[in-house]
Amino acid sequence: MASSTSSDLTLSVNGEKYTLTVDHRTTLLDALRERLDLTGTKKGCDQGQCGACTVLVDGRRSVACLQLAVAAEGHEITTVEGVADGDRLHPVQQAFLDLDGFQCGYCTPGQICSAVAVIEEHAAGWPSAATADLRPEAGPPPLTPEEIRERMSGNLCRCGAYVSIVQAVARAAEANGAAAWGSSATTAPMTSPARSRCSTATRTPASWAAARTWST
Amino acid sequence: MTTATTGRSAAGVTGTAHTRVEGRDKVTGAARYAAEIPFAELAHGWLVLSTVARGRVRALDTDTVLAMPGVLTVLTHHNAPRVDTDFVGMMGVPPDPGTALFQHDRVPHRGWPVALVVAETSEQAREAAETLVVHYDEEPHDVAFSAGREAEAYPVDGHMPAVVEKGDLDRELAASAVVVDAEYTTPEEHHNPMEPHAATARWEGGRLEVVDSNQGTHWVAGDLANLFSLDPGAVRVRSEHVGGGFGSKGVRAHQVAAVMAATVLHRPVRVVMTRRQMFSLAGYRSPTAQRVRLGADPDGRLRALEHRSLNQTSTVHEFVEPSAAAGRSMYAADAHHTVSRLVRLDVPTPTWMRAPGEAPGSFALESALDELAEKCGVDPIDLRLRNEPAVGPVSGLPFAGRNLVACFREGARRFGWAERDPRPGVRREGRWLLGTGTAAASFPAMAMPSTASVTAEADGTFTVRINAADIGTGARTALTLIAADALDVPTDRVLVRIGDSDLGPAMVAGGSAGTRSWAWAVTAAAEELRRGLAPGADIPPQGITVRSDTTEAVGALAQKERHSFGAQFAEVAVDPATGEIRVRRMLGVFAAGRIVNPLTARNQLVGGMIWGLSMALHEEAVRDPASGGVYGADLAGYHVAAHADVPHVEADWVDDPDPDDPVGIKGIGEVGIVGAAAAIANAVWHATGVRHRDLPIRPDRILSAGGDA
Repeated sequence: MASSTSSDLTLSVNGEKYTLTVDHRTTLLDALRERLDLTGTKKGCDQGQCGACTVLVDGRRSVACLQLAVAAEGHEITTVEGVADGDRLHPVQQAFLDLDGFQCGYCTPGQICSAVAVIEEHAAGWPSAATADLRPEAGPPPLTPEEIRERMSGNLCRCGAYVSIVQAVARAAEANGAAAWGSSATTAPMTSPARSRCSTATRTPASWAAARTWST
Repeated sequence: MTTATTGRSAAGVTGTAHTRVEGRDKVTGAARYAAEIPFAELAHGWLVLSTVARGRVRALDTDTVLAMPGVLTVLTHHNAPRVDTDFVGMMGVPPDPGTALFQHDRVPHRGWPVALVVAETSEQAREAAETLVVHYDEEPHDVAFSAGREAEAYPVDGHMPAVVEKGDLDRELAASAVVVDAEYTTPEEHHNPMEPHAATARWEGGRLEVVDSNQGTHWVAGDLANLFSLDPGAVRVRSEHVGGGFGSKGVRAHQVAAVMAATVLHRPVRVVMTRRQMFSLAGYRSPTAQRVRLGADPDGRLRALEHRSLNQTSTVHEFVEPSAAAGRSMYAADAHHTVSRLVRLDVPTPTWMRAPGEAPGSFALESALDELAEKCGVDPIDLRLRNEPAVGPVSGLPFAGRNLVACFREGARRFGWAERDPRPGVRREGRWLLGTGTAAASFPAMAMPSTASVTAEADGTFTVRINAADIGTGARTALTLIAADALDVPTDRVLVRIGDSDLGPAMVAGGSAGTRSWAWAVTAAAEELRRGLAPGADIPPQGITVRSDTTEAVGALAQKERHSFGAQFAEVAVDPATGEIRVRRMLGVFAAGRIVNPLTARNQLVGGMIWGLSMALHEEAVRDPASGGVYGADLAGYHVAAHADVPHVEADWVDDPDPDDPVGIKGIGEVGIVGAAAAIANAVWHATGVRHRDLPIRPDRILSAGGDA
């Protein structure tokens, strides 16, 4: 029941509607974890510095600890629990599993949500600080390890699984380019940003093979 | 009844890549960590920490807080249950008084727990905790650690002897043609596992149950039983998934606070540390000030090796960071003197942090060796090969495998070391100066007694019960492979249960000795079960169980120098105009016993190397002399390596099975960080011509050092 310190609201998470009364101080992160029992989204720092609570809000990356639950009404929220297509893992999840893109697993849901969005952002033509050629006619940059590292840098991994995370994101991006993945909210076409220079083509990270062979 | 079958698995699975058995749960978010297990009637505790660094609590305005919505109680030194600290726990030392919460009014450091506010919701608890006014009688404090505190310092034996001396140091130094005498410092470093410490406690049927995030439930349960004067069997601690530990997840304030509150309120209480609280409650690696003196003949053969290390500890507990011990097994020298000392300050007690001693100690020693190589005009790898000991340099004991030379040879080949121009400061690529560096790594290979049981189930599967902790090491998966081989069955017929003190005594996840110790116990039980299980034998509904205890076998290990080794290589680019340092590539080749699961082992070794990168360039907790606390105590103020900091890092290994271990394991948890920071610092010298003896090598240090640029 709403009061001066709480509100009734409906949250839309992973395609499900949840109606609940929340304390106005409750963050989206705590609402997911403590009220909806969606504990896949992790609390690493609770102040927007580690990325462990990364979820997708209307398909875009967002840290759930820095927004209040009452501000999340009317938005479609996707958590790690909503990334897979039923029992079939999302290519990002499958690549993390196969390539051991984690150790303790605590940053993993945030890394995975971030990676899902990174692949979409890249496919939609968003540049990053690692993008060398920003001219519109240059098209989307190859999704090199440097591009992946830059775009994933909001997600800390204290175990230091970065090398295999980058490999996993690269593999999933290839899968995304090869065959359009699923039709869930997480991969619905994003509104192209104003600076978008290209449609949906994802290039294979050509420099990756080279980067991996230096010591063999 | 079912019939036993042990269908042979062709060549064994130990040594082959296997994805984590709990991996699917971790990538789907299904894996539940300590703060994520639901409890009916759960109350939330929030710790209140001191805002002064030394003094006494004069008064707490608890009445105001108790009147706030949802607040159930406020525990302070006035009303908290009493605890007993007069015991020696599993780690062989008395408990850190920091875990004896609310027993007196003294404040020995900033961030000391002075109260626990418990409320119906975490929002209520947090607001009430932030509202609580605490009055202190403040006293002057001293948190200024430096090499200049040597006069007040004293040696203390920690998990290594403090002082080890062989030979006449002054005589050998005087006889040396080349002498390196240099001081090195490493800063205060914090573990910062991604999952904050969290515990929920409740009383259930006369037993204390704690769901926790820790590195060993037997350890935590034992200490809680001692603290609260309970029968050991009356305490159960579970810790199924652990979001990183690195030495910080032992017995800490959150568990004790949760138990106190659950005891007082007769309902489950959860206490979670905030990220900022972890900077004073979770332990940390002490800053170190080290001096290394090396004396050598012109060809680089060592005559004298002296390593002195100083670290800080709190006023309430002695913890030694045995940095000087790193060299005792590394290099032969006629005179060999090493001493680790500590000085007491008004700071929290430091603790074990990934490669305690070896991580900071190897930075100093392996940097000093690089300086000696420079002075002698000898290749840094050749210098190390010239000082290879035949037996323990101080102990005289034989090595149980020492494949350091093989690591250097293989690493040098793959890294392209032979083409290296030894001159510093001569390689330019645009705005960058380029350099490469190397360093040796080592870490003790230990085994500790553990118990296990293996049950042949009536449905043809096998259940392994071992009180291991998988803090991200892949231990659960490694033990599955080991049990499958020992039972001679496929892995999908083996279920490994871990992380529950009811499973019995076992080694903690620490000292790079977890998987080795647990594997020993699992192998012993599984092999005995297989031997006793005739093909076609009937399995009763309750199964057939065999138990093992490795106390005797581990105790019978002959005295030897037992270590993992490794060779670290790094290439860096330094921009002398901005001070920016980029690590371009790292390679580590290790001799670390038999590798059980190459997929997870490579990840763990690489992770250790990334810790070394982070230590070399980023990590530094700066203590504010005015407040006594850490400036910017969070992940914005305390930098750990992020994706963009980490280049392609590669780890590999040479064949190095331990002949005295049933599985051949040595341990890989810590050796990856050892020497990595020195390899980077040595590469920075090679790039710029300037020695950096203080970590981290920040841009401002590059700029203020100038150099050949």
